[in-house]
Formats: sequence, structure tokens, C-alpha cells
Amino acid sequence: MSGAGSVQSYLDEIVTWATSGLSSGEVLLAHLSGEDSDFVRFNGMSVRQAGAVTQRDLSIDLIDGARHAQGAVSLAQDPSIDRPRLSALIDDLREQRAAAPEDPYLLYATEGTNSETSSSGSMPSPGEATNLIIDSVGGRDLVGVYAAGDTYTGFANSLGQRNWFQSSTFNFDWSLHLRADKATKNLYAGTEWSNDDYQSKIDWSLQQLAVLDREPIDLVPGGYRTFLAPAAIQEIIDMLSWGGFGLKSHRTLQTPLLRMITDNATFDPTIRITEDIAGGVSPDFQTEGFRRPGEVVLIDGGRLVDTLVSPRSAREYDVPTNGAANHESPVSVAMAPGSLPADGVLTALDTGLYVGNLWYLNFSDRGACRTTGMTRFSTFWVDGGEIVAPVNVLRFDDTAFHLFGDQLEGLTDQADTILDPSTYGGRTTDSYRLPGALVREMSFTL
Amino acid sequence: MTTNPTTTTGSGNSLENRLTAVLPGDVDFASARHVAERGTHLSVREGVVQPSMTGHDEGVMFTIWHRGGLGYGATSDLSDAGLASAVAAARRWAIDTAGHALNGDGFSGDCPLEHTVGEFESEVVKPVKDVAFADHVDMLAGHESKLGANGDKRIVDREASLTFYDVESLLVTNGGGRVEQLIHQVFPDIRVSANDGGNTQSRSYGAGVFCGQGGLEVLDRHGFADAAPVLVEQVLELLGAPNCPSDNMDLILAPDQMALQIHESIGHPIELDRILGDERNYAGTSFVTADMFGNYQYGSELLNVTFDPTVTGQVAAYGFDDDGTPAKRTSLIAHGILQRPMGGAVSQARSAMAGVANSRACSWNRPPIDRMANLNVEPGDSTLEQLIEGIERGVLMETNVSWSIDDSRNKFQFGCEYGRLIEDGELTTVVRNPNYRGISATFWRNLSGVADQNSFSVMGVGNCGKGEPNQQVRVGHASPHCRFSDVAVFGGAL
Repeated sequence: MSGAGSVQSYLDEIVTWATSGLSSGEVLLAHLSGEDSDFVRFNGMSVRQAGAVTQRDLSIDLIDGARHAQGAVSLAQDPSIDRPRLSALIDDLREQRAAAPEDPYLLYATEGTNSETSSSGSMPSPGEATNLIIDSVGGRDLVGVYAAGDTYTGFANSLGQRNWFQSSTFNFDWSLHLRADKATKNLYAGTEWSNDDYQSKIDWSLQQLAVLDREPIDLVPGGYRTFLAPAAIQEIIDMLSWGGFGLKSHRTLQTPLLRMITDNATFDPTIRITEDIAGGVSPDFQTEGFRRPGEVVLIDGGRLVDTLVSPRSAREYDVPTNGAANHESPVSVAMAPGSLPADGVLTALDTGLYVGNLWYLNFSDRGACRTTGMTRFSTFWVDGGEIVAPVNVLRFDDTAFHLFGDQLEGLTDQADTILDPSTYGGRTTDSYRLPGALVREMSFTL
Repeated sequence: MTTNPTTTTGSGNSLENRLTAVLPGDVDFASARHVAERGTHLSVREGVVQPSMTGHDEGVMFTIWHRGGLGYGATSDLSDAGLASAVAAARRWAIDTAGHALNGDGFSGDCPLEHTVGEFESEVVKPVKDVAFADHVDMLAGHESKLGANGDKRIVDREASLTFYDVESLLVTNGGGRVEQLIHQVFPDIRVSANDGGNTQSRSYGAGVFCGQGGLEVLDRHGFADAAPVLVEQVLELLGAPNCPSDNMDLILAPDQMALQIHESIGHPIELDRILGDERNYAGTSFVTADMFGNYQYGSELLNVTFDPTVTGQVAAYGFDDDGTPAKRTSLIAHGILQRPMGGAVSQARSAMAGVANSRACSWNRPPIDRMANLNVEPGDSTLEQLIEGIERGVLMETNVSWSIDDSRNKFQFGCEYGRLIEDGELTTVVRNPNYRGISATFWRNLSGVADQNSFSVMGVGNCGKGEPNQQVRVGHASPHCRFSDVAVFGGAL
């Protein structure tokens, strides 16, 4: 690669070149994703695997009237390699497009606006970070992954539209283990590394370990008063995001929020959930060139307000798009905080379960929004506002209409920002801003 | 075998020659693993041909082991400068990590990998490319149209799709190793959903498990051509069906649910890297410990499980894993007794345990880790009818729709699309939202019947997620119908 700073200009260059080879009437949409990342994987205070990944991927949509075909190609960021490769792909797509019928749901931005967002970061070198991390936990059993570097997202089309989003970030996702599955999990992510901020998170983990050292208790299945920390709420939100907020899943009645449509079911009036692009760290444009609004209100007052509408769904259901991706799931989801003092959740819980993390959720009845999953990491039994002991893993099986509805006692007055550490295919820019939730009774089954 | 490494990119030399040339000779071990994956996805939904998607993902990962350090550098830049930069990154990381070598009893950190030579290519009977693009689309449109149930308004969504992959890989090492593999995979799918008020039900073509290696003959193995009318009939049937009852009873799982059951509660628990703790921050640990191998009663005597990348046509068949270890069929559970874990050469060296050739990476941009390949429950000697006849009260469940299991891979809860009650030895009422839950450590000991070869299905799963950084790979599973005793089953809603 010829250097991180040139990725943006290279996208412009190669799309301009590709545009020059288009036939009359053809339109090209191009979306680039890329990164220059280092990954360090830890296990037991050792480095399991460490390395660097440089990748550039270009997705294109080759359009002629209402016919089109889509493709993707890896980029070397070297014209002598990329131009023949892209040219071959375009030839393939022309052939496929000729055999395809017109697409009644094709929609792309024709009057899009340009944009550019670039943010730099400050963080230790990957080697320094590795040593710093190992030194910081005093020989404790550390497991996790440190990822850092530049990520790039760009859009360019043959109509001249250009959008660019670039950031330099780090994301350290780790757990400290005491024994077996007794562990505490934490995340330190952002653009500006602070040794003090990092150490405070490590100190929090070490304090949790001290509590985990107590004899764990087994709870019998049943209903328990429960506090769900923001990281646990994230897992529930992820399930709701699986079809809960997209127009297509609503119109095809496959949404887990089906009862809001058919039975006027509601969440608690304090529940407000938004796609908060303005408050997140994701690009404000998508693959068809549409810009995303700063906010889309999905749930307000406990009721459905709007859905995420991809360009394709916009055509299919004859409504305006709001710049959603084709999967129509939020990428920067925010839940409004409540009034429960975040520093007093143990007191408010009084006696019950403190759940730090949930794990491996899925629907046990999608139409009823009934969801199952496991407790994981820092989960404690609390008595009289004091943590008594860690609790062995429990399976819950309950609906969001209970947890965010008739069983919700309150949301914390602070919302945590969580930068998603997911790295499937590449480092994501998804994020969350979520409060904790106190639930009068949550159903545990195993 | 004609694969991409013979092509020329960035200079006048072949890519393979350039990869070999930049491998450093002054380190303990170095390798270059080049992967080029071409994929095409075709779909027809609600009577509309969706835009086709054709992808070409290509890059190379260099790995260097030196003096206890291990580093990798991966890049999609296959120019001479790009390759040199990736080698430099791998070398830098090998140096930086030399003081933080892998843990393990007696493991020195020295590279346990060998310089293997070999080739592998999927067998193909009906090449995908022999059929015109338009004919693929027409075929899908024909199946998709059958999902419409002659305009029945209760059908709210329907789709038929096909995805083809050709994955070329070349592994070369600084000691003369060379492994070249070419994998052809086909993933067919059909899905239909129906609604009646507050009740939406879905049926699918095995929830995607009826995939395999080869060409269009993969479609013939599980009756793709005849699937749509059956699925639409069943989804409408489900709309009027009662919820699955809640009780402890006998349970028969069809192969397309067994695939998930094997995957989650045998496959993941016996991955050696989980047992060694690598996944404790993400995918989880395991209730299985190293001392269980050779003596632990994992299941009833009817349970026989093999790791078998040699099954022709199964989705994760290969000749060598991504570290270059030759693959062979290996018994993992014999007559219910746990025999050995799934761990590649590195995990074997760290644990001083025997393993299998399962060190796999999702692509060029992720390092190999312990994964499933083809993990199969071997057929028994009962007919499916005999399994059913032996049940006084039970349920038969088909096609996975929900999966959840704890991070030790013990407490699970799974759900299926379609259930049928078994009463006095006969299949009776169709039930919707069939779910069951259990504990891996005891569930397999309640295996009370394994159907024979006639019920045996060779399948796969296309989305197994694991690893930090995250990786999603395609794995194979095969199984006949299996019967379990005294299982907690239940239906939907609350």
C-alpha cells in the first residue's frame, strides 16, 4: 500500500478510472472498506497470536437503467493490479446484468452530497501496548484481544459523489480469570489512550476478581429481582436489532416486536431507543450513497415510532429511505437513561441478581419476543445492597415486553458508551450508548 | 489443478515464485498462505430477482516463528512492496512477542509445524459454470414461485437462493513446503414465512445445512427441486398448529437439527484451544478438561463421533489444514467414551495431547485456530420407524431455528421450526415453536437410539463464529435421526 493517507485519494482515482470506461447510460456505485490494523491475542499472560492486517475491499453496483449486478473485489491499492481485476469484475457484472430482469426495487442516490470525516488518534505503538497490558495486571490470568489502527469507509459513484470516513482507534477487549468460568470482563476503547483511564478499568476488574474469589452459589430456576448492567442490556438490544427495527421485517410480520403491531403491546413509557448516528462513531452514509440522519427515533414512550428503511425497502414499500443499510439493523443504537442513580444500583436492587454480562441470546419464540440466554462473567447475588457471592451461570427465558415493560423498575441515570469490539471480516464502527436496568422479576429456567 | 498462484500480479514473475522468494530464510519457520475466494450469490424473493452478487476476495498471510516469538502479517496488496511490508510486519511481531511465548506444559514456543507437500481438490460432478447464469436464476424463480401457495395471503415472505464458492489456497514454507487446495462449495436455501394475526411461522430448507462440496449435484442430495411445495404446506400447517407441550419426554431430532446439536454440544466443547483457554474472553471455555480424554463417558454406548475431512462432498472436506497438517479420519468419541480433542499442531504441542488436522482460518486475513471441520455422528442400526415405534409419548423436531448455550458449552436451549408429537409409537399432531433444553454433560448419555444409513444426512453449517480477531468458517456435520430420553421440551409464548 502506498500509505494510509492515500486511501481516500486512491478510491477517487480508481472510481474515476472505472467511470471513464463505462458505457453510455451506465452508473457505477462503489463502496470501500479497509483497515490497517494490529491484533494481539492474549491468553494466560502470554501472547497467543499477534499480527498486522492490511486490507481494502471495494464493493460495486453496476447499473444500466433498472438492471444491475453487484460485485466486490479486494484492492491492492496498486493500479497495475487493481485495474485489471476491477475491469474483469465489471465485465462479469455486465454479463450477469444482461441476463437479469429489471429490478423494481433499485434505488440509489442521484443527488447525493459529498462529505469527509477524518479523525486521528493517539495510542501506544502495538508493541508498547502489548508490554503495557501485560505489565498492568500483575501476573493475573488475562485473556482477550487488543486491536488498533486506522479504519476506512468510503463511497464514490460515477455521478461524482464522494463520501469519506476515516478514524484511528484502539479497542482492548479483555477478561481477567480467577478459575474455571469465574472471570470479570471489561473494555477499553477509543481514540486517545490514557494510561490513567486504562489503569482505572484494570483496577475495577481487579476489585471484581476479589469478589469472585468468594464461594459461588447455585440459584434454583425461578424469578429473581435483577439488575442488568449496560453490557447485559447490549445483548438484549442486539436481539431486538435482529429484525426488531427494520421496515422489511415489520412489513413481512417477522419482527420480534410483532405484538406491537398486532396487539398494541408496549414497553414501559420510559423506553426510548434511537439510531443515533450523530452520537456514534459510524459513517453517516451507506452503500447506495444515501446519507443517514443524525437520529432516527425507533421507540419512544415505549411505542414504535419509526423503522430503519433501506433504499431497497423504500422502493418495495413505497416509503422514503432513511439511509439504513440493507440489513436494516441499527449501527449506533442509543437507549435513553432513566432516573435510577447509577452509583446506587446495589442499594436499589437490595436483594437479587446483579448481572454484568449476558451471553449467547436467541429467540425461544420470536413472535412473542421471548428470548433466552445465559449469564456470564460478573454475575453476583446481592443481599441488603451488598454483594454476597458470585452466582454460577443461569439460563434466562423471558420477553423484552417484561424486561423493558411491566417488570421494568427503572433505568440508570447514566448511559455507558460501548464501542463494539467485533472484527468479523474487519473492525466494525458500530457502537452503543446504554443505561443499566433494574427489573422487578426476571425469569430463569436452568 | 489450475489455481491463482500461477497468475502474475505486480511484476513479471508468478505470484507463487514471489511468495517463495520473500520468505525469510533466517528465521525458525516462515510461511505464506495465499487465499483467493470467488463467490456468487443469487436470490429470488417475493417474485423479484434480487441483484446478483459476485465477490473476489484475495490476499496473503505471512507467518514467522522465531526464538519463541510468533507474528503474522496479512495484506490484500500483492505487489512486491505489499508482500515485503507484510513480511516485515510478521517479523516485527515475531520479535516483539519472543518474550511473551505461548503458555503450556513444557511447550518451548518452538514452531511445531512441518514443511508439507500435497494437493487437494473437491470432486465435482456437475460444474456450476456449465449452467448459464440465466438458467440458475430461472431455476430459482421456479422454486420460489411455488412458495406463493397460489396467492394465499397468509404467505408474507418467501425466497430461494444459491451461493457458490471457489476457494483457492496455496501454502508455501521456507523449508520447501507446498500445499495447494481448491475447494468448490454450494449453499442452497429456501425460506417461506406465513402469518395469521399474532402468529408468524417459518419453514426453510434445513435452515441452510443442506450445503456441500461439489457442483450442482449438491442440490440433488437433499431434494432441493422438490422442497418448496413441502415447505409451504408445512408453514401453513404450523399456523393452525398448537404450541408444543411442555413436559419431559422422548425426543427425536431430525438430521437438520442434529447438525446444530452436534456443533454446539460436542464440537465446541472438545476444541482444544477452548480447553487451553484461548477462547475464554469470547466464544467461551469448555466443561471438558484434558484429563477426560480416554475415559469420560460423553454419551451412551450408541454415540460414535468422527472428525472426518475425507468425506467426499461434505462442506469441510480438505486434504490439509491451514497449517499444512495432513487430514485424516479420526474417532473422537467411541461407544460413548471421549477419545481425543480437536486440536491442530500448535495446540497439540502446547498440551502434549494428540489431536487432529483442524487448524483453520476463515481467510487470508486471519490466523489459523482450532476449528471443526467435518464432525459427524456415525449411523446406528435402527430404522427411523423403529425409533418412533419405541416411543409412548414424545416429539420429533426438524430444522433449527434457535440456538443458545452457555460459555462452557453445557447448559443449552435449542428450538426448531417444525415438530410432530409421537403418541403410542406413531407420529400424530403437528406442533409449533418446539423447543428443548438440557445439559451437554448428561444429554448425550440419554441417547437411546441412532438411526441407520438410510436416515444419514451429510450437511454443513456456514456461519461458525469464533476467535479473536473474529472468524466465521464453514464446517460440516453429518448425522442420522437420533432419539433421546427424558428431555425437557416446551413450546412458545409465556
